[in-house]
Amino acid sequence: MGFLFNSIFKMITRRIALGFLSLMIVSLIIFFAVSLLPGDFATAVLGRSATQDAVAAFQQQLGLDRPLYQRYFHWLSGALIGDFGNSFSMRPVAKIIGPRLLNTLVLAGTTAIIAVPLAVMLGVICARFRNRLPDRVLSAVTLASISVPEFFIAYLLMLALATKFQIFPSLSSVRPGMGFLEQAHRMALPIMTLLFVVLAHMMRNTRAAIINVMSRPFIEMAQLKGEPEMRIILTHALPNAIGSIASVVAINLAYLIAGVVVIEVVFVYPGIGQTMVDAVRNRDVPVIQACALIFSATYILLNLFADIISITSDPRLLHPR
Amino acid sequence: MLPPASDIGVTARPSILSRVIAKLRRAPPSAIFGMIVIAVYITAAIFAPWIAPYGEYQVVSDGPFAPWTEANLLGTDQLGRDFLSRIIFGARNSIGIAFVTTLLAFIVGGFFGIMAATLRGFADQALSRFVDSVMSIPDLIFTLMLLAIFGTSVLNLILIIAILDSTRIFRISRAAAMNVVTLDFVEAAAARGEGLIWRIVHEILPNIMPILISEFGMRFCFVFLSIAALSFLGVGLQPPLAEWGSMVRDNATLINVGDITPLIPAAAIALLTVGINFVADWFLNTSSGFSDEA
Repeated sequence: MGFLFNSIFKMITRRIALGFLSLMIVSLIIFFAVSLLPGDFATAVLGRSATQDAVAAFQQQLGLDRPLYQRYFHWLSGALIGDFGNSFSMRPVAKIIGPRLLNTLVLAGTTAIIAVPLAVMLGVICARFRNRLPDRVLSAVTLASISVPEFFIAYLLMLALATKFQIFPSLSSVRPGMGFLEQAHRMALPIMTLLFVVLAHMMRNTRAAIINVMSRPFIEMAQLKGEPEMRIILTHALPNAIGSIASVVAINLAYLIAGVVVIEVVFVYPGIGQTMVDAVRNRDVPVIQACALIFSATYILLNLFADIISITSDPRLLHPR
Repeated sequence: MLPPASDIGVTARPSILSRVIAKLRRAPPSAIFGMIVIAVYITAAIFAPWIAPYGEYQVVSDGPFAPWTEANLLGTDQLGRDFLSRIIFGARNSIGIAFVTTLLAFIVGGFFGIMAATLRGFADQALSRFVDSVMSIPDLIFTLMLLAIFGTSVLNLILIIAILDSTRIFRISRAAAMNVVTLDFVEAAAARGEGLIWRIVHEILPNIMPILISEFGMRFCFVFLSIAALSFLGVGLQPPLAEWGSMVRDNATLINVGDITPLIPAAAIALLTVGINFVADWFLNTSSGFSDEA
């Protein structure tokens, strides 16, 4: 046993180190991609007619007059403690995105908490009734919702639930002072839309993962023993599929990242996705860099988390060939 | 080149055309539906100026958001332009640009993928690690960042999405080519001293073509949806160009009064991607495309 835990520990440490490395590379890409900007920041922001003094003052204020590598280390060490410097509008980036980041985390987190168990449950139902009516219906619905744009689902829900039947508000402008129920009521539509987007992918992959396990010999053994089908899925197939389900769940939570951007814009939800889109329109580079780093770090951490779950849930992974 | 089948006295193989027709006859209803959808869209895209009742930029009503009438079947948009005509021209812009982008992504990604598989060693490692690190940034986020840096012109949009998407195609074509480069006929070609490019074009590419073709539909859908999403966010194709994503955005206020007009371009996007998915599904399920066994 001691050996077992030792090698699990080693694999997890190695995986964490790898995750850290890709985080570093991503931060390099995000930072240096900006230095590809044709022309320079100052003329991009102040316009071509800016005087030389104005340009120099602007560059000094943002620290743009220092060498690139110094700026990178300054930016990265600041980012680690949540300080992303000043935006081009001279407000601290952290002030702009801080409260909005929290809003987005609430939105995405709530969706994930509802979506993951629901997706696994529906995936199990599909696997249990494979190629029969429940599976056919669910698969058709999910195929359709995978292939349509997110904003289509968003506006359909808005048209149905906000305009025709006025159950939910069409804009989810949440403010800090609101009570929990008020916030939940306003967030209902964006959460429902995100659920549609994420659930479909997640459910299809869960179904595939379980069906994949169902073709193994030990399942046939259980079937020959005469165990009921649902019990086989729950006690034999599902535990063995947890590793692959964890990784598809993590990959699919990445759709949440892309989805959150579009859906925040549709429902005017004050989150970091909308902040990023606004920053792109204004070409406010420090804000864009901060948002990109946060989104990418989330994505990398999700994948890291999934890999650790599959390492710990599957003993065979401990003996890589 | 083989002589025609009749000359060498064996049972004639059916011509490619008749095989395609035979295969189409066995296609499931979903795939036929998909093909009809694709055909309608391509027709609309090519013949847009002849089909559309008005011009792409022509202002036809006095005020914005005119209701559905006989003259303007779907009413007019926020600037008083005919909505139906904008949708038809939108087919041309949205599909055309997505097609060019996907094609470019396949050329770039396919070329480097096959190169990596053929050269192996350092070149393969360097390219693969580079692709890995690019892929660890979520697509939409990376695209948004690059669009902010380089600006939102059509050319930039095409180049940025094509290059980011080519990382996926790099992986697919590298994996496919890896299986082919070790086969005898490729090694034989190398042994007789054929150059790298010759081997890629004559030996490897024809053998991984079916995989790339069946992947093309899926990647096209992805690119098409990305461009629509970016235009919807206001950073993709810029006005006055008609584009379905931005048409939804510009007319979205109508949803609040219960008007479904802004949903029509969104539904147009959805219908095309569903149609392509149906055809691609069927294509993937029937072993290797239009082969003899089909």
